[in-house]
Amino acid sequence: MEAVATIPPFESFYTEHRDAVFGFLARRLGRTAAEDAFQETFLRALRAYDRLEHGRYLRAWVFTIAARVAIDVHRTQPSDKVSLGPEPVSEDAQPAYLELEHLAEQLPPTERAAVVLRYGYDLPYAEIGAALGSSADAARQAASSGIRRLRGKEGIA
Amino acid sequence: MKVSLELDNRFRDTAAAAGLLDVAYDVVDTPIGKLFVATTERGLCRISYDPDSERVVENLARTRGTRVLRAPRPIDDVRRQLDEYFDQRRQEFELNVDLQLAAEFSRRVLQELARVPYGEVTTYGELARRSERPRAARAVGTVMNRNPIPIVLPCHRVVGSTGSLTGYGGGLERKEALLKLEGAIL
Repeated sequence: MEAVATIPPFESFYTEHRDAVFGFLARRLGRTAAEDAFQETFLRALRAYDRLEHGRYLRAWVFTIAARVAIDVHRTQPSDKVSLGPEPVSEDAQPAYLELEHLAEQLPPTERAAVVLRYGYDLPYAEIGAALGSSADAARQAASSGIRRLRGKEGIA
Repeated sequence: MKVSLELDNRFRDTAAAAGLLDVAYDVVDTPIGKLFVATTERGLCRISYDPDSERVVENLARTRGTRVLRAPRPIDDVRRQLDEYFDQRRQEFELNVDLQLAAEFSRRVLQELARVPYGEVTTYGELARRSERPRAARAVGTVMNRNPIPIVLPCHRVVGSTGSLTGYGGGLERKEALLKLEGAIL
């Protein structure tokens, strides 16, 4: 095995994750809105793909992009079909997910994805588990150990 | 939830049209088998007889950049010209080729190779002479063997000094089929 996971050709990355990403977006946005969001998600991934430094955690990575696209869609086209609940906005009006992504930057990737998806995008653990290719329980554990680590770092009791 | 074929194609077309790909490729059906055909923004960069596309894709990702995607649209022009060639309605390809990764000697030989006309054959030694390296017949053979764009760069038109077909990256039976198609042999 190689020490650093090599980045697969975009074709393999895309075909491996496209169905799961589409399913996730369809649950969040409904099938019709999910089609545009799907395209946007993989275009964003493609734009950033040549800047990736390794090929680990690509599933978590693409789901973070998809979650952000879902929020952007919700913002620009509020419709009856979209059921994201209240928009996650913190008190100083910076969206919670932006703040969290910044805070969580130092976490190991799985914990980072779990924390951001749970507390930034308000996703249920079952969906986070699906996004990370594990279970709801594993997602809950990753999120809570990520939060513990953040609290330790920030010196919050 | 499965992505529909339509949505899948829409993404592939958009990605290519947005100029976000290092390499676009598709598989083209021909009378001598399936061909793997790949293009960059500069032009056609690879035709392969290898039935294992995954291996060719990985190789392209290593040498050209990781943004390699199957996208039929950018291949349409090559596909059409190949169809016409195999239908005997076309004798010359009008395509840009991307030989950026070829070493200087290889590029010169491949450029000379591109001038060998339809329906004719030449020899390794003659091609070496035209490339201004008259004693490099063997090296020319190696360049032919590694030709990144067979058919369009017609290495099938290069034979041994005795007229024997010698070798071909896609197998001798394909070389023979191409020369028969062109009427170079009976």
